[in-house]
Amino acid sequence: MCQVDEEYNDQLEKRTVPTVSQRCVKCKEGIAVLIIRAGDAFCRGCFKEYFVHKFRAMLGKNRVIFPGEKVLLAMSGGAASSSMMSQVQEGLSRDAPKKLRFIPGIIYIDEGGACGQSLEERERVIAQLEPIFRATGYPFHIVHLEQIFDLPSSVLEAVSSAPERPEGSYKAAVDQFLHNSKVKNSCLPREGNQGPTVCDAQVQISCLAIKDTPNGTPALVVRHGQDLERLFASVNTLTAKEDMLQTLRQHLIVHTARTKGYSKVMMGDSCSRLAVKLLSNISLGRGASLATDTGFSDPRYGDVVILRPMRDYSSKEIAFYNKMFRVSSVFIPGLDTKALDKASIQLLTESFVTKLQADFPSTVSTIYRTSEKLHTACPAHDSDSEPTAKCLLCVCALDTKVEEASAFHATLVSEKLSQKRVPESPLVWSAVTADVTGQCCSSGGEREGGCGTGGGGCCTSSTTPVTPDMKSLLCYSCRLTIKDMTAVDSLPRYIVSEAERRKRRYQMKQEISEFLLDEEEDEEETS
Amino acid sequence: MAAPIALHLEFGGGAELLFGGVKDHQVTLPSQSQPWDMKRLLVWIRANMLKERPELFVQGHTVRPGILVLINDADWELMGELTYELQDQDNVVFISTLHGG
Repeated sequence: MCQVDEEYNDQLEKRTVPTVSQRCVKCKEGIAVLIIRAGDAFCRGCFKEYFVHKFRAMLGKNRVIFPGEKVLLAMSGGAASSSMMSQVQEGLSRDAPKKLRFIPGIIYIDEGGACGQSLEERERVIAQLEPIFRATGYPFHIVHLEQIFDLPSSVLEAVSSAPERPEGSYKAAVDQFLHNSKVKNSCLPREGNQGPTVCDAQVQISCLAIKDTPNGTPALVVRHGQDLERLFASVNTLTAKEDMLQTLRQHLIVHTARTKGYSKVMMGDSCSRLAVKLLSNISLGRGASLATDTGFSDPRYGDVVILRPMRDYSSKEIAFYNKMFRVSSVFIPGLDTKALDKASIQLLTESFVTKLQADFPSTVSTIYRTSEKLHTACPAHDSDSEPTAKCLLCVCALDTKVEEASAFHATLVSEKLSQKRVPESPLVWSAVTADVTGQCCSSGGEREGGCGTGGGGCCTSSTTPVTPDMKSLLCYSCRLTIKDMTAVDSLPRYIVSEAERRKRRYQMKQEISEFLLDEEEDEEETS
Repeated sequence: MAAPIALHLEFGGGAELLFGGVKDHQVTLPSQSQPWDMKRLLVWIRANMLKERPELFVQGHTVRPGILVLINDADWELMGELTYELQDQDNVVFISTLHGG
């Protein structure tokens, strides 16, 4: 393997190290500065090469980003996403053939409102981040989590993806792009990708964006700050809070990507992070959507594809790279900062994985390799007519349409049985609709004197369209998250109204279902 | 007999929160009979520097898993980890890679 335990008086590049020094496994010359994977020592130079190559290899292998495409980098300010940004910069700065050819933009979601940070703290964080973003010259968007209260409900729809590009088209697109850029080199810059003029324009755009923000920010934050607080206060457990935050953040990123014309979003999930995510998602009941939650590309939103180009790096590699090559990142305390190991399922899983990793260095990579092999069982678009039902919150395919003899149904049955004690208790879920229409089903019943007791059908079929409650629109895991909320009506409007819309559609479909030809029957007849 | 040694300690990735939010610390370890190694340094940090929640930084005899240690910009796994004997003017960096610091 490598020359272990070799004693020598080094004068190679660093001050003398009094202990045993190991040499780099790659060049066999440089002094190793870190150990990655299971015991491979790398020197500074080789590590940099290895790190940079890995990013490009990841993008090259997957071939999903077409030349000239707009890509949004989701920045949290933390080590992994900052490192991702530096890799994008590095890739775009290269000379001709090896250059990355997409147009990046940056998004930062300020979640301070959900984590109980004061306005000053949040401003300070943004003030730290802004110069970092500005230095890249890419347009950037600083979005406050409060904005979820102004989102349109269209966010929750998975737009059918752009026509699938055939396998060979990537190469053709690259050739075309290169040809175009050669032709247009001196003329007008096409697709806004080359030429200093365009760069200037980008900076200007970002400057405008900044100018807008301080004026808009306080108003928005003030307007919806309380709503956000109420929303998170109504969530009982940290597990559900983290899940909710993750969902809302995702919605906001996708919305921004759509409105600003980005077709790809890059997330900075490292493989250590994904290993934790994989295990905690299984524990959270998200087993059915593991492939989309942890894979390299996540097509759940259709028109905006989420990519995870950092999934080959361990958090150790990232931390070392950032430290050695001065990639600045900003630490922003989140929901789980300084929390106990057992405070949430996610934290517990993280501590489990990192502790195991300390003794068994292949833990993370083993879990991570498993995630690579996962695929979603039924591809999202198998029929053009009717897209498969998606979860209202996480926009993954619903995993609740399963046969009777399943663990899911067993769970439902035992849940039902254990709730029997409270007779005729109206579904908690109906509170959603009840709040919107201004009449709670149960309280209304009390006023009328005998809703629950006399007219058994009141709750299900009267004034409020409650029939398929919100629960039926959610996947198993999101049901659990919502179950942890005391006030479902504190959810942002776009979610509530979309839920209503889907319910109405469902109802209408039920009503006219008798008059419709069954699609499957229809197909059978024709074939 | 070890003479007092001066060290530069740095905390990052959220670990600084346990040290009053200060990232850089210039410390001088007092003179003691045995030489200062990393193990003793951790004990000293726990006793003298940690402002809160020591279990989030030190667990057992070593640092909490998920916190990386760099000695003079190199991985401490290459330096013998806890047995590394500290020298005067050494630079020790602790970086938390855990989510939320």
